[in-house]
Amino acid sequence: MTREEIRIYALDFLAGRLTCKEFVELLTDYLDGSMSLWTRVRFQLHLGLCRGCRHYLQHMKQTIRTLGRLPSEPPPPAIQDELLRRFRTWKQERPG
Amino acid sequence: MSQAHASAVMLAEIQNLTPSAEPCPAGRSRPSIDGDERQAQKQPSLLQTTSEDLDLVERLRRGEESAFTWLVDRYHGSLLRLALAHVADRETAEEVVQETWLGVLEGVDRFEGRSSFRTWVFRILTNKAKTRGVRESRHVTFSDMAPLDDEPDEPAVDPSHFRSQGHWADYWSTYPQPWDERTPERVLLSQEATAWLEEAIEALPRNLRQVLIMRDVEGLDSKDICAILDITETNQRVLLHRARSRVRRALERYLEGGTTAA
Repeated sequence: MTREEIRIYALDFLAGRLTCKEFVELLTDYLDGSMSLWTRVRFQLHLGLCRGCRHYLQHMKQTIRTLGRLPSEPPPPAIQDELLRRFRTWKQERPG
Repeated sequence: MSQAHASAVMLAEIQNLTPSAEPCPAGRSRPSIDGDERQAQKQPSLLQTTSEDLDLVERLRRGEESAFTWLVDRYHGSLLRLALAHVADRETAEEVVQETWLGVLEGVDRFEGRSSFRTWVFRILTNKAKTRGVRESRHVTFSDMAPLDDEPDEPAVDPSHFRSQGHWADYWSTYPQPWDERTPERVLLSQEATAWLEEAIEALPRNLRQVLIMRDVEGLDSKDICAILDITETNQRVLLHRARSRVRRALERYLEGGTTAA
């Protein structure tokens, strides 16, 4: 048994069994803060002891961060012009 | 018109993945872990109406063209991305975005600032897209909107990555390797990676894609997303989890030098 495995074994003993397979499925609940207190305790114990799951959590946070930085392209000039034309019509017909 | 309304209700029911026994809780905030970083990277704040939002709306009401062009520049690409998650083709998506801008102009006097401007605009777009979907329902396949309960469970990680037997069954057989050591974060922001990511998003089933775009790309609040898509909080989370897991796998393939994102 490796050192790592002994550590995880201790976790099993302390907090009831939470496998890595369960861990990855609980990740969104964890990140969204919608976990029961007991599950959160088990989750964090597992996180503290399992390097693989720490890496996995990092992957997910990097994924989310990268998604949040996706650039948004401005519209092509033709669409810009068309929208501006519609804006002017809207403005003219606007009461007051 | 009443027929269209009935269809809209039906569509809403189709999209409402399970009976809404569990309403979204009020005031749920962004994921706490990434909250600070996310708040910092997108201005203005995503969750509440900012004074900047209100200022823009005020200028729009006065008919200031510069306010409108600024908004179009800022939001058009985001709106198009979301529209593409609702309708079948790019042409229709572009029409939906145009209708959305007209909806913004027509509705600007009624904007009360109860949600952020961003959330308000995405709500208008979703409604326009749904109306469009109803009108063209003969041409739309509903398979993408199949109730979640009918879909088989989809594991976030390929089961082959876990040990299959013994005391350590369902623990990693090989640990996922940290991305940081192999690739600095800026690699994920390169043009190539961005294209890969967009491709991975486009490959998602529509319901996953809609939730992922609104939540992670645009940073909307989960309770707003539930309201906009008319789904329960649980379903929102399941869809988001599946979507994030798929995109994570796509990024992993990218970092491992794969050839296709989907």
